[in-house]
Amino acid sequence: MVQALPIQQNITNWVDICPLPAITPNTGVCALIADEQVAIFRVGSTEDVFAISNYDPFSKAFVLSRGIVGDRNGIAKVASPIYKQNFNLVTGQCLDDETVSIPNFRARIVEDRVQVACRGSNAG
Amino acid sequence: MGLYQENGIKIHIGDRVVAINREEKTVTSANGLIVNYDKIVLATGSYPFVPPIKGNDTQGTFVYRTIEDLEAMSSYAKNCQTGVVIGGGLLGLECANALKNMGLQTHIVEFAQRLMPVQIDDAGGNILRNKIAELGVSVHTSKSTTEIVSIDSKVTKMIFADGSELETDMIVFSAGIRPRDQIAKDCGIEVGDRGGIIINEQCQTSDPDIYAIGECALYQSRIYGLVAPGYTMASVVADIFNNITTSTFTGADMSTKLKLLGVDVASFRDAFAKTSGAKEIAITDAVQGVYKKLVLNEDGSRLLGGILIGDASAYGTLLQFVQNNIALPPHPEDLLLPPREGKPNVGMGVESLPDTAQICSCNNVSKGQICTAIQENNFTDVASVKKCTQAGTGCGGCVPLVTDLLKSEMKKAGLEVKNNLCEHFDYSRQELYHLVRTHKILTFEELIQKYGKGQGCEISKPAVASILATTWNEYILEKPHISLQDTNDAYLANIQRDGTYSVIPRVPGGELTPDKLIVLGEVAKEFGLYTKITGGQRIDLLGARVDQLPHIWQRLIDAGFESGHAYGKALRTIKSCVGSTWCRFGVQDSTSLAIELELRYRGLRSPHKLKSAVSGCTRECAEAQSKDFGIIATEKGWNLYVCGNGGMKPQHAVLLAEDIDKETLIKYLDRFLMFYIRTANRLERTATWFNKLEGGIDYLKQVVIHDSLGIGEELEQEMAHLINTYECEWKATIEDPEKLKRFRHFVNSDQSDPSIINVQERGQKRPAYEHEKYLVGVSK
Ligand code: SRM
Ligand SMILES: Cc1cc2nc3c(=O)[nH]c(=O)nc-3n(C[C@H](O)[C@H](O)[C@H](O)COP(=O)(O)OP(=O)(O)OC[C@H]3O[C@@H](n4cnc5c(N)ncnc54)[C@H](O)[C@@H]3O)c2cc1C
Ligand code: SF4
Ligand code: FES
Repeated sequence: MVQALPIQQNITNWVDICPLPAITPNTGVCALIADEQVAIFRVGSTEDVFAISNYDPFSKAFVLSRGIVGDRNGIAKVASPIYKQNFNLVTGQCLDDETVSIPNFRARIVEDRVQVACRGSNAG
Repeated sequence: MGLYQENGIKIHIGDRVVAINREEKTVTSANGLIVNYDKIVLATGSYPFVPPIKGNDTQGTFVYRTIEDLEAMSSYAKNCQTGVVIGGGLLGLECANALKNMGLQTHIVEFAQRLMPVQIDDAGGNILRNKIAELGVSVHTSKSTTEIVSIDSKVTKMIFADGSELETDMIVFSAGIRPRDQIAKDCGIEVGDRGGIIINEQCQTSDPDIYAIGECALYQSRIYGLVAPGYTMASVVADIFNNITTSTFTGADMSTKLKLLGVDVASFRDAFAKTSGAKEIAITDAVQGVYKKLVLNEDGSRLLGGILIGDASAYGTLLQFVQNNIALPPHPEDLLLPPREGKPNVGMGVESLPDTAQICSCNNVSKGQICTAIQENNFTDVASVKKCTQAGTGCGGCVPLVTDLLKSEMKKAGLEVKNNLCEHFDYSRQELYHLVRTHKILTFEELIQKYGKGQGCEISKPAVASILATTWNEYILEKPHISLQDTNDAYLANIQRDGTYSVIPRVPGGELTPDKLIVLGEVAKEFGLYTKITGGQRIDLLGARVDQLPHIWQRLIDAGFESGHAYGKALRTIKSCVGSTWCRFGVQDSTSLAIELELRYRGLRSPHKLKSAVSGCTRECAEAQSKDFGIIATEKGWNLYVCGNGGMKPQHAVLLAEDIDKETLIKYLDRFLMFYIRTANRLERTATWFNKLEGGIDYLKQVVIHDSLGIGEELEQEMAHLINTYECEWKATIEDPEKLKRFRHFVNSDQSDPSIINVQERGQKRPAYEHEKYLVGVSK
């Protein structure tokens, strides 16, 4: 599904990442956005994309993009490939330890390209 | 923290109370804080007792209480070979285990004539001592240390009262605890002769406004050094503060069950038969290292206490007999014996317990509370029961009982107790395997749409991927399968703690030509990989980044290597010994057979990994009897052993067939392996599977040898299909440019992962630890 959202340049800086087919359905990739490692996942038949940090706070390695995606009670999530803790793909909240959460990013598909909202002002 | 904030509780972390002024009713802290009080609860705990031995402050002496103590011990231990624990009580044994795990030659020195003198008797002490000695820990009892002398900067000598000596690199004192009662003493509150703040049944000290609980408190001349009594005292004080004045502490049960150095030890209630008229019955099995003693009342109708060593599986049940004063069965000795063939275990199901029975002693949760929670909330999993009732959240020892209660409540509610794979499938692995095969289901998508719900998860996806692979054997990185694979399978390599991968090419039977060995060396050098011989007779190249993997494999495949499947739940290695080709004792060519079998079953995916070995004679140098299937040469042919296990819970393999020829061996193996693949649970090794197999080895022989289910040929055909469709996954991958696109760290940059930082150790690289990353100046 193509989300033809108006680009609100004054508020959000959308960074172009890659063509949608570069992400195999139901897997993730890692993108470098202004020195930050961001894990982007393509989920389900609706072709939603989600972005959270690629950093796994439990193993302290940058690996979340290589986890298995799925859902817990309908919440889209990824399991870290190292010690298998699960993270909510929308909020970055860890589902197995309520005290842990990681940064989340807005992501969308525009004309078959994946874009992620950048937080820093000078990136892009 | 949230809980404290919400309830208006102020915490001062990193500060210490130094004085109590009872006249002004104030408390003063080390940081100079002064706080007024109406009531005080002292919960200062205890400190380890260091006996006044000359030289007890020599370098390399430690105590064992806090995490900092443990860290100090383990960093010191890095340069040590030998360690001594002074004190053979509960904590001393646990500490010995820690030293042993740090790789030290470990000694325990105990003053009394047996280990754990407080909890167990002489007979039990002997069994425990032998068991521990078998594990390589030396036990010295009736030894009183008189002096510790430093020999050089590292080695220390201990001198004992009997004139003997022991050299060691480090010493840990575990000689008991002393209550931390100084602040009470300083303000004139009464303490015991040997320390401990004296309390009454309300946990009140000699000053009615000051209470003491936990390990600093002395109740009727006793210190209670366990968490459960401390919790009870805490709740008594909480009650009193809430005007529930009937609440009292009148002593506590010091029953314990522990695993010490891997040996079960339990001691409960009147373990030393101190009640008048008490009788004891005991069994000792020196071979198995089991000692069990029951203490009965005068007429033998009630259980008063007991000691269990080597096998404490009956602890929960026996403790229930004591706690609830339940009448014993006519032959109480039956409670000590393993269940007789065909007869169900004596003892009792959870159903027969009264509602008041305490199930979780750490948190004082009764059967009634647990059952009510299950009924009211319709719980169907143990995790929810634990969360709601707190049962099982302490030492964890009661979890089996909680699980049984849950199952029995579910049965009562008419719910089926099922072995479901996960929240997405109401089927077990065996059922899904059957559905896939009979309905010719080729993808996860199709399976979950027809038989499941939701999107799947990290449990169901790899399990179904494995089922699909052992049924249809399609390339696992094919589009519909790739998203199901664990990262190891997805990148055909094993992920390491820093996110890099290891490469383990197949070395069938452990046989490797000099030329291939040189290639491995060259590749490791070229790509800067750490090398190590694995426990499976092959070579591991570690520290490869995702973007390096295809280039490494190109070189390896050119040199004739293929994937070793070290990353998959699949056949791993078939180890061999040199056998009759070289060895003067070999009676068959074990190396050739190992190679032939490894090539036959390579790539075979299964519920869990599969390991094997072939030994050329009964000396068994390849350790075949610890494998999922192991083969030992005989004068007449081969003996086939199955369902052994190394790893976490080693298990000896059992003999399936004797003196068979190679053709028969292969036939049996095909059948055995496919039968296991069909019927095992997810991540169930053959040993675990076998332990649940009704009918045991006789049944397995019936199925595999006598084909009692009439599926022998079917199983052989299924295996033939898998063997014929084998391909090297790495070869298939590097030949397909589409597939290679995934092997890069960033989708939008050619950079490799900047977070990977290595340091050098013994001439090779290894991933930096967090603190080293800070030193190098790079971190998250
Ligand atoms: C590399 C190696 C250690 C080494 O440096 O020697 C190793 C490494 C790992 N082993 Fe092992 N095991 C290795 C030989 C063994 C052996 C010895 C053997 O195979 O003869 C055993 C005991 C035999 C057995 O399995 O019965 C062994 C018993 C385990 C277990 C416990 C299995 C069990 O049933 O109790 C695990 C955990 C598991 O699988 O759940 C494990 C898990 C692992 C994992 C997969 C842990 C992980 O998830 O990272 C390690 C993979 C690291 C990697 O990147 O390769 N490893 N592991 C060995 C690889 C052998 C090979 O050539 O393929
Ligand atoms: C290695 C080890 C393993 C154990 N295993 C088990 C087990 O398996 N099962 C079991 O039941 N028990 C076990 N125990 C015993 C159990 O830990 C103790 O009985 C329990 O922790 C005692 O609780 P407490 O609150 O009285 O004291 P503690 O847990 O020692 O807490 C006392 C606290 O008071 C603080 N304090 C002291 N003085 C001051 C002061 N002046 N001002 C401010 N703060 C102060 C201390 O820093 C400490 O944090 C084990 C103990 C050890 C050391
Ligand atoms: S024993 Fe096996 S699993 Fe454990 S650290 Fe060693 S290699 Fe890893
Ligand atoms: S008995 Fe320790 S957790 Fe329940």
